Amino acid sequence: MWQFFHKLGSPKWFFGISTRFMPWLLAGGIVLLMAGIIWGLAFAPKDYLQGNSYRIIFIHVPTAFIAQSIYIMMASAAIVTLVWRMKLADVFVKAVAPVGLALTFLALFTGAVWGKPTWGTWWIWDARLTSMLILLFLYGGVIALDRAINDEKSAARAVAVLVLVGVVNIPIIKYSVEWWNTLHQPATFKLTEKPSMPAEMWVPLLLSVLGLYLIFGWLACIRMQTEILSREQRTRWVREFVLKGRV
Amino acid sequence: MHPIRKKRLTIVLFLLAGLSVAVALTTYALRQNINLFYDPTQISAGEAPVDVRIRAGGMVKEGSVIRDPDSLKVEFLVTDYSASVPVEYVGILPDLFAEGQGIVAMGRLNTEGRFVADQVLAKHDENYMPPEVAGALEKASKAEGKSVTGSVKPASY
Amino acid sequence: MAFDSFSAFIAMEGHGPYVWACYAVFFILMIATMAGSVRSRKAVIESCRRGYEFEADRSKVAASPAPSASFTRVNVSQD
Repeated sequence: MWQFFHKLGSPKWFFGISTRFMPWLLAGGIVLLMAGIIWGLAFAPKDYLQGNSYRIIFIHVPTAFIAQSIYIMMASAAIVTLVWRMKLADVFVKAVAPVGLALTFLALFTGAVWGKPTWGTWWIWDARLTSMLILLFLYGGVIALDRAINDEKSAARAVAVLVLVGVVNIPIIKYSVEWWNTLHQPATFKLTEKPSMPAEMWVPLLLSVLGLYLIFGWLACIRMQTEILSREQRTRWVREFVLKGRV
Repeated sequence: MHPIRKKRLTIVLFLLAGLSVAVALTTYALRQNINLFYDPTQISAGEAPVDVRIRAGGMVKEGSVIRDPDSLKVEFLVTDYSASVPVEYVGILPDLFAEGQGIVAMGRLNTEGRFVADQVLAKHDENYMPPEVAGALEKASKAEGKSVTGSVKPASY
Repeated sequence: MAFDSFSAFIAMEGHGPYVWACYAVFFILMIATMAGSVRSRKAVIESCRRGYEFEADRSKVAASPAPSASFTRVNVSQD
């Protein structure tokens, strides 16, 4: 088991295997996401209370959900960086942090635009919205800290500690709507119960969540490859890949 | 596992555990400030300060909305099904405002226990359904003599 | 189809501006992130290639100096 774990940490091995998966991730992601969005926008019935403004949910929930799961993945990678000093874990954190920042921003933006017609306000300092804003700042902080430290190894460790410290925010985001009074409603999808909407609404939502997940997978692969190439340019395999086009 | 790695893993886990406890205690101590609004039970029990800008939240009680015919003034009762507080407001209400619907009002509690709001926001729950389904549910629950929103989710307040 | 006509689909019963603004920003930002990632990968490969070619040229220069600067003996006819 440990042998496989250490093989997983080899940048060359990752480069080869991810190149094979990437076209499938991209194609599957675009198909699922577009299917979910078109279904949600044009075919799903409108909500009895909010009318058509609820159609924002088909991008609001996927971006918010994946923005949080990226952070959980980054925190797991941070543990690997601190304990095993595995290069690939640090490459992952560095590669996906900007994607997490973009998705968190999208979740906040779509939430604000959705809040205006339904709640009557763009923004309110309730626990859910504030903790999501903290997630945005955490992503920004991770990116800034990584750029501020020149030495690759010290940057990796400092970033890993920051990511781990910030992970306490994730359960706060998730349970904020249950622990405290908030304007934001509780989650629509729960792991243990059936979703609180009919199938013709939750199936397109599930499709767009899965689609965005696959697109995130593709983005993670391509951005990690970029980072690996620039870090390993002194090695023979990168030289061969660049000059001959194969690993 | 290598002993050095084991040691590092223990340190990391201790760091996480300590941090979680610290954050849990802090948020527990600040819970009254993190709560966005006071509910009617808290207000009628005197927990909410008088003449300070606060928020009150709850359901608009069925049949309690009185609209002034000459102005935008509205009066209604906000309830959490165990206590209710009278609210008055002058202004445009959000589209989702209706009897039996959740709201959060910003304003001041006066000495007579009336809440004078200067902003009313609508709060909705996590249940989404097509209008036809909602209509059918309403009909079914009317037959039983209950209101649909009350029967779907009274527990959100 | 949840709408009677295309114009009803665009208007969304008055919620159109909110819904379409969200989707527009979502697509612009996603496409920008994806295109940017592809472009930076290409840029890294290109800069590596230039680095390797520069190195290769320099080692060639070191191995075989140009003839104009050589001090090799040239036989000139003494006639």
